[in-house]
Parts: sequence; structure tokens; C-alpha cells
Amino acid sequence: MATQHSRSAARFMMAPAVILLLGWMLVPLVMTLFFSFKKYLPLRGDSMANGLEWVGFENYVRFISSSSFWPSISATLIIVGGVLLITVVFGIALALLLDQPMWGQGIVRILVIAPFFVMPTVSALLWKNMFMDPVNGFFAHMLKSVGMQPIEFLSQHSLLSIITIVSWQWLPFATLILLTATQSLDGEQLEAAEMDGASWPSRFIHIILPHLSRAITVVILIQTIFLLGIFAEIFVTTGGAFGTKTLTYLIYQRVLESQNVGLGSAGGVYAIILANIVAIFLMRIVGKNLDA
Amino acid sequence: MARAVTPRRKALNTAIAWIIGLLIFFPIIWVFVLSFKAEGDAIKAPLEVLSSPWTLESYSVVQERSDYFKHFWNSVILSVGSTFLGLLVAVPAAWAMAFVPGKRTKDILMWMLSTKMLPAVGVLYPIYLLFIQLGLLDSRLGLVVVLMLINLPIIIWMLYTYFREIPGEILEAARMDGATLRSEILYILTPMAVPGIASTLLLNVILAWNEAFWTLNLTAANASPLTAFIASYSSPEGLFYAKLSAASVMAIAPILIMGWFSQKQLVRGLTFGAVK
Repeated sequence: MATQHSRSAARFMMAPAVILLLGWMLVPLVMTLFFSFKKYLPLRGDSMANGLEWVGFENYVRFISSSSFWPSISATLIIVGGVLLITVVFGIALALLLDQPMWGQGIVRILVIAPFFVMPTVSALLWKNMFMDPVNGFFAHMLKSVGMQPIEFLSQHSLLSIITIVSWQWLPFATLILLTATQSLDGEQLEAAEMDGASWPSRFIHIILPHLSRAITVVILIQTIFLLGIFAEIFVTTGGAFGTKTLTYLIYQRVLESQNVGLGSAGGVYAIILANIVAIFLMRIVGKNLDA
Repeated sequence: MARAVTPRRKALNTAIAWIIGLLIFFPIIWVFVLSFKAEGDAIKAPLEVLSSPWTLESYSVVQERSDYFKHFWNSVILSVGSTFLGLLVAVPAAWAMAFVPGKRTKDILMWMLSTKMLPAVGVLYPIYLLFIQLGLLDSRLGLVVVLMLINLPIIIWMLYTYFREIPGEILEAARMDGATLRSEILYILTPMAVPGIASTLLLNVILAWNEAFWTLNLTAANASPLTAFIASYSSPEGLFYAKLSAASVMAIAPILIMGWFSQKQLVRGLTFGAVK
């Protein structure tokens, strides 16, 4: 079907997209790599025009040996891991629940999915002020009404609070994808297993979970990529204080707040490598699906 | 998997699902309630809040004092503009890959997806610097382009999966009947492709509307959309719950409604066809 003529037409049609994405990827990437080997402090008079001093791998070493590096890695891992755990476990439970026959299924699904469409800055401020505020927040009022001390969520349990906020935003995504996968489950197989006397836990472990494994993997990988980059949720709640400085936030502070571009760029290269490790696994799964 | 169940079981399912659904939705309800209260009432205990009088005051205050509509318009321009620009580039590309697949089509698709994995913060300063050099900082044009580029892989992928579902036999039949390329595209492909393009458009408007990394870092007073406008409430002075609630409701309501229409597309668009 594809003639020489249609081939060249196809190439012509693809060209703008390919060129734009190539530029979008390469130009900033090359610049980040370039800056990461330079001493570049714009506030102290360094500029591209005057030429930047080459410092080799000094920025890379300094970024890792700075006292905030390892805490930022652990904050990132705790937040990403915590959110993944909560969204996957509750996502499976909710997907199985929503798949059951019930009245008003469509409306319940809408209620569950809604948080995903709330913009990150709104959901972060909403939780911070209306719910977690130690004086006027909803939780504070509830605790006071039963005679308990209000909790300063965002300063005393900062990581847990961030995990709660981000999980609320991403649970709908996990639920929706797992629900889509659940709906393709073979009902007859389940019924047969039930008639053979398989208990609910064994049906869950041997039939449902294997069926969902692919969707679970996809949820984990896609969420990880997005979660590694969460920014607004931290920006408007703690601003990186109280141990919530993730790798993304640390790099942001280095680059824009303290304007140490060389150091921040070295951090950026680390972040890119980290994201690529996750991406390779995701790409494999997606790639397999393309062949099918 | 839906099977016949006893009415009792169904009632139980319904009760549990509704309770959980309402719990998850509750923060949104609460913001909605607070947005109709006076500032002094909005910080009271929940039961007192409910029994206090309802008012539209906060909505008018937010609009009068903070050029709410400027930011709203920025959001509209950024999300709609970047989506249309993206479609303009993506439709031909996805079309070519779906209907004239070559040996490297799959590699190109995978590579496009990989650009989406690039962490934004890793390239923050280069983009920031380029924006300063080109005079694009705090301009809507610059952000339209950036939002278009970050969503372009998703747009192309979604369109590609939709276009691939259009059966090729129909095209061949039309060609046999002597249809020219132009009429083939105009009368056969376009009508079949429109639903896919519409869903792609919807999902991408939502994604661009809620984008909160580039919009926060590349805008100041002029081009900032609602994401950045709301973020300015993070260091408030005085009583502000009702005003923040009113601003939030206005910022999320349009997209919440669009979101409900795009549930199905969400799965396709964000899993790159890996879950169907």
C-alpha cells in the first residue's frame, strides 16, 4: 500500500513533530550538561558572555557530598514509595469494589475520580489550610471536639502529610486504570474457581492479582515518573522545610533560589539519569504492546 | 465480571462504595461549602460552618480584587492554545505513522515517549535562560510553546492509537472506487478520526490547565494562569479561607466537568496504550 510517493509524504508530515521534539530534548539537555561542568553563579557576575570557568566534575562531587543530598534522596524515596503503596493497595481494593454490581455506580466512579482533575496548587492549599491547619483546619476542629490536642501536620508529620495530599491526587488514576483492567477479567473463570471451592483469598491471589499484574506495573512506572517530579505540592505547603526537600525541589532551589547553576545542573543530570532508569522499564512494557 | 447477586449483597456494595466515594470527594465538597460562607464563619468548627448563613460575598471579592479573570483567561489561552498548536503538529505525524508505517515507526514512537520522561527540573535553567534571552519570560506565547512541547508526545500517542483503529480496508475500497487522496482524507478518514481527535483535545486541555511546574517557574504577574494565581494564596494575610475556597472552586469547576467526560480517554492517554 505504501508507495515511494506516500513514503516521502509521510516523512514530510512527521518532520515538524520530530524536529520540535528533537530540539526540545537536545537543546536544554546539552545546555544542562554544559553548565554542569562549569562554575556558573549569575549573581556573582558569571555570565555566558564573559566565559565560564571549567571545573570538571567538581559540581557532581559537591552536589552529592552536600549535607542536603542524602536527606533529599530519602525524602524522595519515602514520598514516592509511600504514595505508590497507598495508591496501588487502595486502588486495587477500590477497583474491585467499583466493579461489583451496585446502584449509582457511575456517580460513585465520578466521585472517586474527581481529585485527579483538581489542579496541584489547589489540592495542596486545600489540604494545607482547610484540613491540616492546626488552628482552623477541619482535623483540628475534629480533634478539639473530642478533647484532643490539634496536630501540626505539616511541620510535625510533614512527610506523611505530603504523602496524604499526593495520594489523594493519584488514587483516582490508579483506581481508574486498575478498574479498566479488572473489567476485562474473565468472569467464568472466577465462577468456575468459586464452584471448585476456591476461597476468596486464593481466588484473589491466583486469578485476580496475576490478571492485574500488568496494569499494576504500568501504574507503578507511570506514577513513579510523575511522582519523582512533584513540585507544586511541596512549593505551596512546606516550601521544602521540615524534611520535605525532594531531589526535584533541591535542584530547583540550587538553580533558581540560590542561583548556583553549575551545581543545580549537575543535580539535574542526576535526576535525568534516575528518571531514565525508571523509563527504560516502562518503555519495555509499552513497546511490547506495540507489537501486539 | 458483573454477575447476578442477591439484593442484599448489592445493597451492601452500594453502601460501602458510596461511603468511600463521598469520603474521597469530601475535600471538594468542603471547599464548595466554605466558598459560600463569610470569612469569619469559614474558620469555625464544621457544624457551626454548616449552620452559618450562606453568602456569595467571597466570589465577588475574589473577582473585584485580584483580576481573577485575567488569570482565568491566561489559563484558557495556555491550555487551549497549546492543545491546538499540538494537534496541528501531531495530527499529520500520527496520521503518517498510523497509515504509512515504516521500519522505524515504532522506534520513533518510543523515542517520542522517552522525551516525556525527561524530568522538567533537569532542564529548568536552560529553558529559563532561553526565555530570558528571547524575552519570553512571563509571556503567554512562551508558555503555550512549552506546554505544547511537554504534551506533544501524549497527543501523538493518543492520536496514533485512535488512527490505528481505523480499518485500512475502507481506504482501499475507496481508492478502488476512484477516490482521490484529497477526497479520501476529506470524506472518509476525517469523519472517522474526529472522535479520537476530540478526546485527545479534551484530555490535553485538562493536562495543560493543571500543569504546575513550568507555569509556576516561568510566569510572574502577566502571563500567570490559575495554578500560579492560587499558589499566591500560600502566604496569606488575615482571613482568607472563604476567598481561597471561592477562587479554588472557580479554578477547578470547569476542568472537573470536562474531566468527567474524559474518564475513558484518561486511561488511554496516560498509559500510552499499555492498558486498554
